[in-house]
Amino acid sequence: MEKLKVIVGLGSCGIAAGAGKVFDKISLLQDKYQVELDKTSCIGMCYREPLVEIIDGTHSYLYGGVDEELAEKLIQHHQKNHAPIKEYVVKTEEFKTEDSVFTDNQVKIALRHCGFINPEVIEEYENDHGYVALRKIANKEIDELGIIKEILDSGLRGRGGGGFPTGLKWKFAKESENEEKYIICNADEGDPGAFMDRSILEGDPHAVIEGMIIGAYTMGANEGVIYCRAEYPLAIKRLNIALAQAREKGYLGKNILGIENFNLNIYVKEGAGAFVCGEETALIASVEGERGMPRKRPPFPAASGLWKKPTNINNVETFSNIPWIIENGAKEYAKYGTEKSKGTKVFALTGKIKRGGLVEVPMGMTIHDIVFKLGGGIQDNKKFKAVQLGGPSGGCIPANLDNTIVDYDSVNATGAIMGSGGMVVMDESTCMVDMARFFLDFTQKESCGKCTFCRVGTKRMLEILTRITEGEGVEGDIEKLEELSYQIKDASLCGLGQTAPNPVLTTIKYFRHEYEAHIKDKKCPAGNCTKLLTYEVIPEKCTGCTLCAINCPTNAIDGTKKEIHFIRQDACINCGTCVVKCNFDAIKVY
Amino acid sequence: MKKNVESIFEQYPKSGRPDLIPLLQDVQESYGWLSEENVVKVSQFLDIPVSNIFGVATFYNQFRFQPVGEYHIQVCRGTACHVLGSSTVLKEIEKQIKVKAGNTTKDGVFSIEIVACIGACGLAPVISVNGEFHAKVTVESIKSIIDSYKTIEKK
Repeated sequence: MEKLKVIVGLGSCGIAAGAGKVFDKISLLQDKYQVELDKTSCIGMCYREPLVEIIDGTHSYLYGGVDEELAEKLIQHHQKNHAPIKEYVVKTEEFKTEDSVFTDNQVKIALRHCGFINPEVIEEYENDHGYVALRKIANKEIDELGIIKEILDSGLRGRGGGGFPTGLKWKFAKESENEEKYIICNADEGDPGAFMDRSILEGDPHAVIEGMIIGAYTMGANEGVIYCRAEYPLAIKRLNIALAQAREKGYLGKNILGIENFNLNIYVKEGAGAFVCGEETALIASVEGERGMPRKRPPFPAASGLWKKPTNINNVETFSNIPWIIENGAKEYAKYGTEKSKGTKVFALTGKIKRGGLVEVPMGMTIHDIVFKLGGGIQDNKKFKAVQLGGPSGGCIPANLDNTIVDYDSVNATGAIMGSGGMVVMDESTCMVDMARFFLDFTQKESCGKCTFCRVGTKRMLEILTRITEGEGVEGDIEKLEELSYQIKDASLCGLGQTAPNPVLTTIKYFRHEYEAHIKDKKCPAGNCTKLLTYEVIPEKCTGCTLCAINCPTNAIDGTKKEIHFIRQDACINCGTCVVKCNFDAIKVY
Repeated sequence: MKKNVESIFEQYPKSGRPDLIPLLQDVQESYGWLSEENVVKVSQFLDIPVSNIFGVATFYNQFRFQPVGEYHIQVCRGTACHVLGSSTVLKEIEKQIKVKAGNTTKDGVFSIEIVACIGACGLAPVISVNGEFHAKVTVESIKSIIDSYKTIEKK
């Protein structure tokens, strides 16, 4: 009888949901049940973590929400019956599940191995088309110019958010004459609400490394740096394992795969937590050991970058697409997407969505389809209000524009940006002014301080927004915000400042009425800004348990035991403690 | 294992400016924070002025200049966590351990730090205690999470 094979998804998300414990438990039971245990990384279905795949003979079943107890039950069941327990299956070739729509509508190129191979074993990557593209180069099937042509023809654009054609970038780096050149992978995914790069690094580090090697060959770079956030310890660990394996197998080092004079070393540099380091020149300063502050361009990094040598920087997702394109050809890649945005894009679908996770879809899918088809709609069946795309540099696209397709130009037309792919879904209970304040709070803290308009302007904007959310907004605040926004955009050197006002501008554009309600009526329509809410006891529901009165920090609640309580509005500070403490839902908030 | 500064220096034989940030990271990893004493040692080792090192270190969010508690709680304030209520989660944690974010309790057991995004958005709101993630936390579940660490501490 063939052994059962059990594969546990051990990405950061899975581990956070308890997959580590499940893995440990199965490894203890390994001998008892005679199963083969393996691990993989994130398959993208965060909402069903922890995920465990059981391969039973020729059939494979992916189970969701597996805890230690269920894991054992599943193994026992499979051994006895060689059939699945259908109610826990999320994905299988055998039959449709309610989660099928999540996986069926995706096209996986950048994420092709994530959740399918063990990222810590190079052979698993090699056995699934790994390093095939690099071998094509070694076999002289394609040369530097051929690679640039393929990448240009594929239409691949920078997936970090800039959207600059990757082939063109490589061409510039190649044309820059110098003996020493550098290739850098930007893995400093600082955009809050995005985790595409982390998943790729954790789930398929070799794809990124192979992409970098191909890039280095094309432009003649001899040193590579992966600048990765220190907040991603698992990604760093797996990258270092993968790099050591690649060196051992001769994919890195001297005369790689026998290609004469092609020498390359790649190492990981840990970022130290600065959002602005996503900016190319700031990232370079950080690698050099300085404060990560951007500098004026030109000269562009392609001419003078790290240590003043020609440098090419691409994002994680961009690199992971490269080997696939070289292996399958530009035409295959360009089959997907729209006229100006080819291929696929990975999105981190989060927020108030039923099925949150990582999705890779062809460019050109509508936001509506992503949210409702793949994402399954809004949690608790609330009303869909907006999606936030592009993080602190992006903007909100309202529900009535949800037929917008995802490609660089269509998203830009709304005032948002594609960004790196964070897509945060909001429902009716999300306050848009508070959202804008949240992002300004972030950019204001992360501004490096070099440009006055960014340093001081974002601070002033944050003050105004905070005032509005606290009910202190005055007539003219909206106009002042707009004026400051345009000044900051015009007078900032780098992308951080130039895009920082986007969340404010798009929310004013689409949700001006919410700003006005805060300023004029002193009301928060979403019921989110606590200082603008009124709390009242519902007499019919109050049992007089005194719990609210005991916990009220300002003693604003009157009432004795078993009698209906009353909140004195003049003493109430709108902290919301009474709502949390009340066991009978007897506090009305409006 | 806590390594002393000198043994960390030994890992940087050809030291220079580019080693500054990795060196500071190693020192912080070992001690939990950057003390003035250690920064001075780094300055002498790399021959970079102390003021310059503080200029770099204070620029980055990662570096801390006061000791952290035995249980260091990181509260994610990324977008997904924010939308799903991380600000109330933070308030509740501050209430439970009676100290504001960015500080350490007097007994040195707990400290709170706000982090921008730890990349586990699918499981928001998330907190991490000494690197161990707790997913989908609520105001109600916080007490039991903190209590569980308090119990370990008492043992």
